[in-house]
Amino acid sequence: MTAIEARGLRKAYGATLALDGVNLRVDEGRILGLIGPNGAGKTTALNAILGLTPYQGELKVLGRDPWNERDQLMRDVCFIADVAVLPRWLRFSQALDYLAGVHPRFDREKAQGFLAKTNIRHSNRVRELSKGMVTQLHLALVMAIDAKLLVLDEPTLGLDILYRKQFYDSLLNDYFDRNRTIVVTTHQVEEVQHVLTDLMFMNRGRIVLDCSMEEFESRYLEVLVPPEKLAAARSLKPIQERQALGRSTLLFDRVDRQQLAGFGEVRTPSIADVFVAVMSSQAGQAQGAAR
Amino acid sequence: MNTPMNPQSNAMPESPVNTQVPAPTVISATRRMYWLVRRELWESRSIYIAPLAAGGLALAGFLISTIHLPGKMHAALALNPMQQHDLIERPYNFAAFLIMGSTFIVAIFYCLDALHGERRDRSILFWKSLPVSDLTTVLSKASIPIVILPLLTFSITVVTQCIMLLLNTTALLGNGPSLSMLWGHLSLWHMSLMLLFHLLAIHGLWYAPFYGWLLLVSGWARRLPFLWAALPLLAIGVVEKIAFNTLHFGAMLEHRMGGPGSAASAANSMSMDSLMQVSLGQFLMSPGLWIGLAVTAAFLAAAVRLRRYREPI
Repeated sequence: MTAIEARGLRKAYGATLALDGVNLRVDEGRILGLIGPNGAGKTTALNAILGLTPYQGELKVLGRDPWNERDQLMRDVCFIADVAVLPRWLRFSQALDYLAGVHPRFDREKAQGFLAKTNIRHSNRVRELSKGMVTQLHLALVMAIDAKLLVLDEPTLGLDILYRKQFYDSLLNDYFDRNRTIVVTTHQVEEVQHVLTDLMFMNRGRIVLDCSMEEFESRYLEVLVPPEKLAAARSLKPIQERQALGRSTLLFDRVDRQQLAGFGEVRTPSIADVFVAVMSSQAGQAQGAAR
Repeated sequence: MNTPMNPQSNAMPESPVNTQVPAPTVISATRRMYWLVRRELWESRSIYIAPLAAGGLALAGFLISTIHLPGKMHAALALNPMQQHDLIERPYNFAAFLIMGSTFIVAIFYCLDALHGERRDRSILFWKSLPVSDLTTVLSKASIPIVILPLLTFSITVVTQCIMLLLNTTALLGNGPSLSMLWGHLSLWHMSLMLLFHLLAIHGLWYAPFYGWLLLVSGWARRLPFLWAALPLLAIGVVEKIAFNTLHFGAMLEHRMGGPGSAASAANSMSMDSLMQVSLGQFLMSPGLWIGLAVTAAFLAAAVRLRRYREPI
């Protein structure tokens, strides 16, 4: 089943194109990481998916049109927007009451269970909690909803390492199963690398890379090359080269693993390095086009 | 996307997947509305704190005045029945007026903040992540000044007045003539009925266009909703005065604030029963009421549309 399907998605703010003909397809049971620089259109894409903003083009989320059916869609979709948006006056007990009152798929016991180990009390207001605790609270509320699609837009922004680690751990262990789909955007790419099943890079309103993590691992390879083999390795056209501690690390796209093994230790690059390489080649292309 | 192709999953029909999903519990519209209204009361506690404080204030003043009550009542025995009636009812009416005034002010500020505050603190993103439509949300917010505040004002006023009567009676115990004068001239039941009618009809329905306008501005303005609500009204009045040298718009607002046919109903305030029956009929027949409600509906429809498009500020 397809969770999200978009064809020719466009959205302009005045003269700026936030989404410039985006085509994407996310299948059920996947965890997609949407990575891109600031202003790439990630949040706009998510807002369109969540029915928060009108758009041009075709978009179906769980078979529904998000802009015209937002309230029905939200029975099956949950989202956490980029910063803690729980109102500051809300008490934990009120959040439980309210969600149980308006959401047909909310499981009150489950939410309480998630927070039993924390020191968040029923009478606590959001304003009395630290940023990390608010995120914990929000995540617990969202995980207690039996939704098919969870959208997270920079969910760990401003959290310390411990909370960030805990966040993804509980998401994977307590929430994710093959019937659910998760879409996440983040700048902390290294933290989600082991979490994702699919990867998408966005830049200037377009999707510049769209692959599964298996493809990513077979397609992109990184080799630690000693100086004497550098010239030979460079002839295979690495997409990026960096120097550290007198050794060169070369990043290759679609080059045979056996061929590379001759130059040195071959390993899977981090998403962050591939991201930088893809983005700079994009910038180069854009400059070339301008000339 | 690039899911590894799995021949089995293609062959499998979709129905077994769907049957695993538990049938969703249906949430009735009334239950949803109940929790939406509760939510408003959690957020804006002034909705009930203000009238309670006003009631408490009225009671405190009244309590102090009971010290002189036996003497005052004794002197009142010499007055004619109309003056006695006025004298006895005055503090009760004053308490009702005080509470009503406090809730009217609360209604104005509540409406100005209702659709503005959630965008200011970005919590609109949380509310919109739940299966509640913009229409339901705006209706729940409009119900606060139109239904909830009048009913709340009524209950608090009646309780305040009962306590006042109790205090009065205790102060006059053992003073037969004064006590019978008090109970003879004070008819809380009729006062309450009048009050309920006044609150629901005037404060709820007749003033509804004001609330609708304030909600609309609250959903539209990026900042200073109070100014944006007041200035256009002023501007229309000024432009009308300069262009046509007339004051129809101002007169219309004044008429709306004054209540329907305020001059007529003041004239025959002899019997409360007949007044209520007459003016209830008059009220429901008056085109002003229905025009006002139509205008309210238009304002609220615009507010719903705005909330759909608006992003946090």
